[in-house]
Amino acid sequence: MAEAHPVGFQYVVEAKNRGARVIHVDPRFTRTSALAHTYVPMRAGADIAFLGGVINYILANEKDFREYVVAYTNASMIVGEDFQDTEDLDGLFSGFDPDLRVYDQSTWQYAGQGDVGQPEGAAHADRETASGLEQESHGPPVPADVPRDPTLQHPRCVYQILRRHYARYTPEVVERVCGVPRDQFLEVCAAWTANSGRERTTALVYSVGWTQHSVGVQYIRAGAIIQLLLGNMGRPGGGVMALRGHASIQGSTDIPTLFNLLPGYLPMPHHRQHETFRQWVDAIRHPEQQGFWANAEAYAVSLLKAYWGDAARPENDWGYGWLPRLTGDHGTYQQVLDMIDGRIKGYFLLGQNPAVGSAHGKAQRLGMANLDWLVVRDLFEIESATFWKDGPEVATGEIVPERCRTEVFLMPAASHAEKEGTFTQTQRLLQWREKALDPPGDCRSELWFFHHLGRLVRERLAGSTRPRDQGILNLTWPDEEPSGEDVLREINGFDVVTGEPVPNFTALKADGSTACGCWIYSGVFQDGVNQAARRKPGSEQDWVAREWGWAWPSDRRTLYNRASADPEGRPWSERKKYVWWDPDAGEWTGYDVPDFEKNKPPGYRPPDGATGVEAISGDDAFIMQGDGKGWLYAPSGLIDGPLPAHYEPAESTVRNPLYGRQANPTHKVYDRADSPINPRSAVYPYVFTTSRLTEHHTAGGMSRQLAYLSELQPEMFVEVSPELATERGLEHRGWAHIVTTRAAIEARVMVTDRLRPLRVDGRVVHQIWLPYHWGGQGLVTGDSANDLIGIALDPNVLIQESKAGTCDIRPGRRPTGGDLLAYVEQYRRRAENNDG
Amino acid sequence: MTGNSLYGPLDPAPDAGWTDAPPRMGFFTDTSVCIGCKACEVACKEWNLVPDDGFDLLGTSYDNTGGLSANSWRHVAFIEQRGAPHGDVLGAAAGPQFLGMPGRDLPGRDPDAPRTDFRWLMMSNVCKHCTHAGCLDVCPTGSLFRTEFGTVVVQEDICNGCGYCIPACPYGVIDQRGDDGRAWKCTLCYDRIGDGLSPACATACPTQSIQYGELSQLRERAADRVAHLHGQGVGEARLYGHDPSDGVGGDGAFFLLLDEPEVYGLPPDPIVPTRDLPAMWRRAGLAGLAMAAAVVVSFLGGRP
Amino acid sequence: MSRGSPRGGRGRGRGGDRPMVPPAEFRSYYGRPIVRPPVWHHDIAAYLFTGGLAAGSALLAAGGDATGRPALRRAGRVTALGALVASTYFLINDLGRPARFHHMLRVAKPTSPMSMGTWILSAFGAAAGVSAVAEAAPLLPGPLRRLLPPLGTAGQYGAAVLAPALATYTAVLLADTATPSWHAAYPELPLIFGGSALASGAGVGLIAAPPSEAGPARRMAVLGAAFELYGAHRVETTKGILSEPYTRGRAGRWLRAGRALTVLGVAGAVLGRRSRVVSALSGASLLAASLATRFGVFDGGVASAADPKYTVIPQRERLARRAEDGQPVRDPRAT
Repeated sequence: MAEAHPVGFQYVVEAKNRGARVIHVDPRFTRTSALAHTYVPMRAGADIAFLGGVINYILANEKDFREYVVAYTNASMIVGEDFQDTEDLDGLFSGFDPDLRVYDQSTWQYAGQGDVGQPEGAAHADRETASGLEQESHGPPVPADVPRDPTLQHPRCVYQILRRHYARYTPEVVERVCGVPRDQFLEVCAAWTANSGRERTTALVYSVGWTQHSVGVQYIRAGAIIQLLLGNMGRPGGGVMALRGHASIQGSTDIPTLFNLLPGYLPMPHHRQHETFRQWVDAIRHPEQQGFWANAEAYAVSLLKAYWGDAARPENDWGYGWLPRLTGDHGTYQQVLDMIDGRIKGYFLLGQNPAVGSAHGKAQRLGMANLDWLVVRDLFEIESATFWKDGPEVATGEIVPERCRTEVFLMPAASHAEKEGTFTQTQRLLQWREKALDPPGDCRSELWFFHHLGRLVRERLAGSTRPRDQGILNLTWPDEEPSGEDVLREINGFDVVTGEPVPNFTALKADGSTACGCWIYSGVFQDGVNQAARRKPGSEQDWVAREWGWAWPSDRRTLYNRASADPEGRPWSERKKYVWWDPDAGEWTGYDVPDFEKNKPPGYRPPDGATGVEAISGDDAFIMQGDGKGWLYAPSGLIDGPLPAHYEPAESTVRNPLYGRQANPTHKVYDRADSPINPRSAVYPYVFTTSRLTEHHTAGGMSRQLAYLSELQPEMFVEVSPELATERGLEHRGWAHIVTTRAAIEARVMVTDRLRPLRVDGRVVHQIWLPYHWGGQGLVTGDSANDLIGIALDPNVLIQESKAGTCDIRPGRRPTGGDLLAYVEQYRRRAENNDG
Repeated sequence: MTGNSLYGPLDPAPDAGWTDAPPRMGFFTDTSVCIGCKACEVACKEWNLVPDDGFDLLGTSYDNTGGLSANSWRHVAFIEQRGAPHGDVLGAAAGPQFLGMPGRDLPGRDPDAPRTDFRWLMMSNVCKHCTHAGCLDVCPTGSLFRTEFGTVVVQEDICNGCGYCIPACPYGVIDQRGDDGRAWKCTLCYDRIGDGLSPACATACPTQSIQYGELSQLRERAADRVAHLHGQGVGEARLYGHDPSDGVGGDGAFFLLLDEPEVYGLPPDPIVPTRDLPAMWRRAGLAGLAMAAAVVVSFLGGRP
Repeated sequence: MSRGSPRGGRGRGRGGDRPMVPPAEFRSYYGRPIVRPPVWHHDIAAYLFTGGLAAGSALLAAGGDATGRPALRRAGRVTALGALVASTYFLINDLGRPARFHHMLRVAKPTSPMSMGTWILSAFGAAAGVSAVAEAAPLLPGPLRRLLPPLGTAGQYGAAVLAPALATYTAVLLADTATPSWHAAYPELPLIFGGSALASGAGVGLIAAPPSEAGPARRMAVLGAAFELYGAHRVETTKGILSEPYTRGRAGRWLRAGRALTVLGVAGAVLGRRSRVVSALSGASLLAASLATRFGVFDGGVASAADPKYTVIPQRERLARRAEDGQPVRDPRAT
């Protein structure tokens, strides 16, 4: 965190000064470790074993916050009889289809609900479209009347299933799998549990590298299970916080740059599953379901009204037919392979540098070299704009500039200081940013670019009667370039007759009388005021600081904060009071906006047959969930299982010590020659992981062009332990090259005790660390670490496994030109023949 | 010049002739919360338009700046240490060493052998703005001057690059810029603090490792901080440059360190060279008299 | 690596005969210097020589004139001016901004030996210049021919009065730095530089003057050499670890060469007094000796700044002594 989020780390420092204990778990000793009380080194890719160990510790020692767990989680829910765990099936859950490598999730359901599961083949489609998790975030179809055992004794209740599932994650196993000494692991468990409960809460903060695994979603799930068991969700000082990789990455999922989502987490319609507007809307809201997604039709109609204005009418299903449809996997890696295959002709890159920043750099560059056109909007002439003339493949002869067909349009972009708008950070806080200065020269904002691009496209299409053009021609597209605030106003939503901003999403209507660009952001322009621009200093308000910026939904600073009070609505403790029920006033009150219906008393129980908001009980703190409970166990929605289980990374040097299944049985790979995966082989004997340096920004496009940053970390380097340096004859500050089945890259050697060998399952595992900031352009250049990484994806969200891989490292520089290809090929052959 | 002006505790701005000088301003750099982000280095260069210092991978942990120089007015030191710190350098036999390169006896060669604690110390170094500033004392042009805030600043339109200030600094801070010939160093953002702003580095520091303020208050805060850290069991915390009775009359920019000063590249007991200047002039006078006497003897003594 | 094991680093100083724990090792930041070595080039080392030569020559001229030795007077006056011109060149050439050399004259600052030296050099230059030009009086037209000699005489004595200051302020110039071996040598450096100046002036006399006039120059050589050798011996032996840089490497070679040349020059001057050739050679040897000594002292200081052990160990010893003396409060004056 200190390494990649130094500004945010000030709060860790402040907490430490106030007596907080800081523990840092990381494969390498970083700047964060330097300030931590305890540094715990561990093997990259073994996190679920570690977290599972913590869960086991909590359950075995009954350290869970029992009242919280019973009231607010699904611990007491009883699961169907047919469910079988990884314990029973040696690493598989019940319902596995070995041909498609997906699960039929019907046996995972709560008792009596088995038939509510997904239709045949749905899980496969969900993996293709990365939409499995939609069902979790949207609340999957779970009726409210699930059998429960509040004593948690029923053998098939979630609590007992959890106990059995994690029983084998003992401290000894953690030591064997992660390389973390037992006593150090127990120290972490003791600290985490001691700092959780009625009087205290613990925050779990991770950086998004945690997600970049073939079981990435389950990493986060495992963290969430711990936080739920310890009562750390919905309470001040608790939570699971993702530190994003850039400003407003949270914003770019809220109003997404993802292929499978529309604003506000409305799913992008699928051409077969959502043929009609009704199918689409019902798939979101699930008519029998409780919770706030029941109003999804209002959000959907308002979005379509925002897109198409008066052209969106009830008779044309609000223009639903104009929305693009998913036909399968359109994820970034599938797209790259499609480019290589000539199936994608044009590409826009906006502040993204896949030639350096995305896994399997060679595939990225070869794909882009096979387009008709490529638009690159960036601050500098980055590698993704120059790969055709000076990329690594030019040196190897794989790209011949004279014959490269791609026409690159480099459009100079304005920086964040040169345009206005909002950033949305990890707490879902929108913070308005003023323009500090005009962009230089021809640099322009995205708003300018897309306004004029849309205008010009619409001019070209004017008068067209082709059906496919109507969606564009009917868009509400102003003639004048709108301001950032104009856009925010539309995002907030407005009454289509009066133009007045709506106060929040509960005012959105399904009858076409409101338009709203993103329902969860509704309220950001409440009262016609840009709420995101509020900047009252923290010293002038209470500690929740509600007059700084604006948080979605409805300015709630802590989600699910109903859980900060006990089932009767009283604060769990004076020290941790946050939101509570005021019986005299008959309303929820507190420091934050209650994330609950304001006047629904704690004792409210829904009448039989209730659905939607009405079905939410007075103690259903997790109001977006279909059953109102925090999910320790996910009865549906996750493609790779209802509970996190430890699988080895797709590329690993060790055999899975826990199960017969080596890797995530459902993880996604593209089985083709140009997307190879290292086999487990002595040819690739070392583990490597990548991350950032404070001094550079991601793929380096913004930092390697600046002298003041470049001088601070001027060269690509690789960190190795003194032991590995001895083993491989690596010399401090000398050259070394690192080899995987995809590439060999070179780097200067940093021999440091910040990396240390681990003893894993009886043998020594060496880990190598690489920063991934370098490429061929800029003041300082070097090979790209991402060239080493393969395309192995998490099945739920299709994120690449870029934080754990296997490799070899050798002293000296790598071969160049055609020799480089031969060198990598020779490694590949040796690995296939298992010729260590 | 009073005798005390060369040495001992005093308030430098009034001593330099400022009447109604504002309180003395300075830095307290608390290395115990430094995360080595180098924001100070960058902010300093951005504000002061200091050129880059070259693109060299030094291999000295994450320090690729190397030290304070004409082109780096803040410098973040990185020290990788194995083993517990030892208090007294003179007495102890084993000390932490740089681990950025392989030694003969590699740690953990036997994976079962326990490793000792590892520390990664970081510290943002800067000009000390001494009460008795060697650079200022010896500057022959008056380019270096004492500001009303008690800081020491080079006037770049005066400096003729004589270079005398450079060896006169007991901390090795001020430096000549190669392509420019003049001497450069931290100004404590003279052009900011005069407008009531904080220096660029302190403004950029995310963890308040660099604190700017009235020196008297900073000294109190620093004393509290040391006591706090000692209470937390960080016994190795100590202040450096805070003491007005030290060899430079106390630094305007002082530090909280977690090891001996020399580990960070700081002199353990700096003394302003000018302290001994009266004695030097006396010695020179005596030598001059001896010369004169020798000449007289030579011409008169041996006359045949 | 940050470890060092200084050899013979036993502390010496006011600690007297108190037993001292020799530092087993010292620590530093990657072996980087703590104090910054001077950025001066060998221009300054050369100036140390030419400045001393100017001073020694001016004294020679004054002595020669006062005792009726015209050859010494003439050689001294001309050499003083020549050395002065060379000095000015070296000083300006070494500036980072030579065009701003006149900024030196903005202030007169007693805490800055360079400022004081500038004024000494300026005054000396005016006086020595007049006295040297006066030597050309016989070649000049009437009024100047009459006017110049008395002015020249006045300038000559003025320069002679300033000469000791010119010769010794440079010692203060070097010593008033944090350069460890320069600063530690401050009690002796003026004597070395003064002696060296005398010896170089004497060298000029030995070269320029016939044996009949050269007697004072020989005695000046002996006395100057004595000062220089005594001072250098003290510096090389009594400064503890800080003597080391003067005995090692390039500095050591310069100083040993200087010592040998001094001895040679003095021996030649004393023993070869009847031979014009031997005398001249002796004079040249003394000049070379002075040059070598200056370069040696210069390089010794630079070497002491370049290695952090010369900064850390003496300061550590000082702290240890203070601790032993039971001085919890820092008072560096105790050293």
